[in-house]
Amino acid sequence: MRGQARQSRGDVPQPHAQLHATEPVLFRHATASALESPTIEQETETRDELDLPWQVVVHNDPVNLMSYVTMVFQKVFGFTRERAEKHMLEVHQEGRSIVWTGVRERAELYVQQLHGYLLLATIERVR
Amino acid sequence: MEIRRQGDVLEIAELDPFLAELLRQVPDSTNPESDESAAARLFSLPAVESETELCSEWKLYVEPELRRLFQTATETVAADLRQLNGTAKPFANCTLRIPRKHAEAWLSALNQARLVIAAKYGFTEAELSDHYRSPIGSRRDLGLFQVNFYGFLQEFILQELE
Repeated sequence: MRGQARQSRGDVPQPHAQLHATEPVLFRHATASALESPTIEQETETRDELDLPWQVVVHNDPVNLMSYVTMVFQKVFGFTRERAEKHMLEVHQEGRSIVWTGVRERAELYVQQLHGYLLLATIERVR
Repeated sequence: MEIRRQGDVLEIAELDPFLAELLRQVPDSTNPESDESAAARLFSLPAVESETELCSEWKLYVEPELRRLFQTATETVAADLRQLNGTAKPFANCTLRIPRKHAEAWLSALNQARLVIAAKYGFTEAELSDHYRSPIGSRRDLGLFQVNFYGFLQEFILQELE
């Protein structure tokens, strides 16, 4: 799709080109092609929007050590120690913490990693 | 018991026979098969049950991978624990040396064991936080001691990894 759009843009006359009798036709063609590209981009964005509202939630677990949970957050999400501790304390005190929000596929991958570290984690649709 | 780091090795020295036996039990303790609640804890659902497609795909594709991951960690730990076998004097204190590169496997196996034991006996948060509990008088008390002892080792390994 992006390749096609680039091809279409190649038909657009250069700014310094002189206008001839045939040019309006060429220009019309180029404009029509250029209009197709934004439509395609629009579709991509819409699909992303549908994918977006998922969040990774970590739930409280009395067995997992606080220091262990902090380490896991740092490893999986690359959080700073401060940020990892903030989420860990949220899990401990509030019972759950939203640690990531984004597209479903990536959220599933994060949950898989968290389960690999034996944390109680789920993905949820953002409501 | 003394616990220290010697270069690239984490060393647990002066292990008395009781603690050595608890360590030997780590691999077996990670097995949740005999207990439904323990298995449910190790292989928890990735979403609410109403997300049926997601949950069933998870069981089919992700759970076997997780099983392999946990099994690999347990096998590494079991191999390290062979050092504790065949000591000349059966009741003598012994030393366990854990290569630093096995630290993650130990963290995983100790965590698996703690989760399985805690699920099996249904320990409450209050019980797990009570470090001044009376001496071991039952199999359940021993389980709680195991969970706390393994937790202590996890803390040490985490400190050494920092």
